[in-house]
Amino acid sequence: MADAPEATDIHRTRVENPVVEARGLTMAFGSTVLFRDVTFQVAGGEVFVILGGSGCGKSTLLKLLIGLYRPSEGAIHILGEDMEAAQGAARRQLLSRIGVMWQSGALFGSMTLLENVMLPLEEHTRLPRAAREEVARVKLGLVGLSDAANRLPAEISGGMAKRAGIARAMALDPSVLFLDEPSAGLDPITSAGLDQLIKDLARDLGTTFVVVTHELQSILAIGDRCIMLDKQAKGMIAEGDPRRLRDHATHPTVRAFFRREAA
Amino acid sequence: MSDTVEQAGFERDGETLRLRGALVTRQVGSIWEAVEKAARGARRLDLSAVSSLDTTGAALVLRSAEVAEGAAVEGASKPVAAVMDRARAALAAPRPAAGDARLPFVAGVGAWGVGLVKRLLVSTGFIGETAVMGAAVLAHPRRLRFNDLLRHLDEAGLRAFPLTLLLGTLIGVILAFQSSVPMRQFGAEIYIPPLVGISLVRELGPLVAAIILAGRTGSAFAAELGTMTVNEEIDALRIMGVDPMAMLVLPRLVAAMAVMPVLSLLMDLSGLLGMGVVMGTLGFPPALVINQLQQWLTLGGLVGGLGKSIIFGLAIAGIGCRSGLSAGRGPRAVGDAATAAVVGGIVATVVLDGLFAVLFYRLGW
Repeated sequence: MADAPEATDIHRTRVENPVVEARGLTMAFGSTVLFRDVTFQVAGGEVFVILGGSGCGKSTLLKLLIGLYRPSEGAIHILGEDMEAAQGAARRQLLSRIGVMWQSGALFGSMTLLENVMLPLEEHTRLPRAAREEVARVKLGLVGLSDAANRLPAEISGGMAKRAGIARAMALDPSVLFLDEPSAGLDPITSAGLDQLIKDLARDLGTTFVVVTHELQSILAIGDRCIMLDKQAKGMIAEGDPRRLRDHATHPTVRAFFRREAA
Repeated sequence: MSDTVEQAGFERDGETLRLRGALVTRQVGSIWEAVEKAARGARRLDLSAVSSLDTTGAALVLRSAEVAEGAAVEGASKPVAAVMDRARAALAAPRPAAGDARLPFVAGVGAWGVGLVKRLLVSTGFIGETAVMGAAVLAHPRRLRFNDLLRHLDEAGLRAFPLTLLLGTLIGVILAFQSSVPMRQFGAEIYIPPLVGISLVRELGPLVAAIILAGRTGSAFAAELGTMTVNEEIDALRIMGVDPMAMLVLPRLVAAMAVMPVLSLLMDLSGLLGMGVVMGTLGFPPALVINQLQQWLTLGGLVGGLGKSIIFGLAIAGIGCRSGLSAGRGPRAVGDAATAAVVGGIVATVVLDGLFAVLFYRLGW
């Protein structure tokens, strides 16, 4: 990786073999353009943050990256494969190598946490049932939910649901984990615990994280690099190390964001 | 980025079980049981030939060590050891305590009985609350939300017309056609109109209309109020000082009571029309059919049928609203509430119909 500083707040980083790559992404709903020309690369093992204010298209960008939406223009490569071109078995194979934690947890209400985590293992591996249970217990243990394995999603708190969501996303030991607003709605202590978990998992398991958030403390705590989207600019207004952006940003919106000022 | 990984494998060498290759989720499924079997009696698990390992692979190593009754895990490279440490710590965390044991039979029956009485008490409370609110609205009619009432009249009534017409006509046709075969044997086909007419007006019209209302509207009431309960909207209403009974329940009850006689009448008329068509095909002129109906159908029978349909509507809407308002938490709650509303609504209708049959018999209607 080599930094190529520019006059703007966009400090692009060239990445060899990027795990996630977005090239010139434009998303429009009818004639309304949400963002245009979003380009970035994510290196293996890094925690990459997509940030921005409400309504700037962060969550839409995440849905583009995981293939739920199709971009109006541009291309997405995950683990070197074109997300749009991958169909059938190739797409299934690609999907088994990524994990997604949804903002609400999106746990299946009729299943216990253990069963939630076992579901992807059942679909994608040939592990015997006892082994699936053992593996699922490891994932729940990784996020500190061993003792809640037999509880239903309705019986756990919001923070636990987020952690269970991460455990389920990690069921197949994916190379990339996409997290949508992991800290939203959590108290500072739970939120800090979740940040620590993300850092530990990235360090110990080498998992790449792409995190959508607007929680400033989380961004500074976990982010190796970030991009910032802006509603007015309809695209990216910053890219780089979040701590560096906090201290040296020139764009007024980026400065306001990192200094918690009214724009 | 390359998708190929080194093949996972193992070999047993004396007291050592040697694992090799990439022990990752995609690969360990096919060797899990064989590795477990090979681990029996081993004293060492050698990971020096393991090129990569994820947490699923680590679970396999830990399981093998457990099967081998505490065999030493050796030779792991630094990254492999880091994943092993993480997985070991994850599995060492305390597991959930065993759930509550099932109650013995007698205690179980007792607990079921207590639960039943509690539910009955809550239902009785709901009926009481509805009655009090109904009386309050009679005194102050402006408390009834007129716009909501119109919406429910439209959804429960007008939009049910096509289905009611279809079912009514078909029931009339089927009844007339099926009864024509035995009646013909006695030369009594002329009595098909009173047979179908009395059945429809006194029983089938209100009953089938009630089943339509329970299936379409009772379930919709339960699902809508159930979703509001799950989303804490009902609590929000109470905190704002708005009575959910007045705002949500009463318009639905009034709408259901108002539409039921209309649906029943529609069911009666469309059924008679269907019967008339069959009689026409059997060679009986419309005038004869109408004459027969005039002779046999009484105003008391019609009014009785329409009157009891109002009570059916009240029961169905009440059960639907009550199911929705008492919905539990979680995504299944709304489905459970809708099911309870439909089942409860239909059972209540049939039970009430039985009571009306006894009542009308006593009154000589």
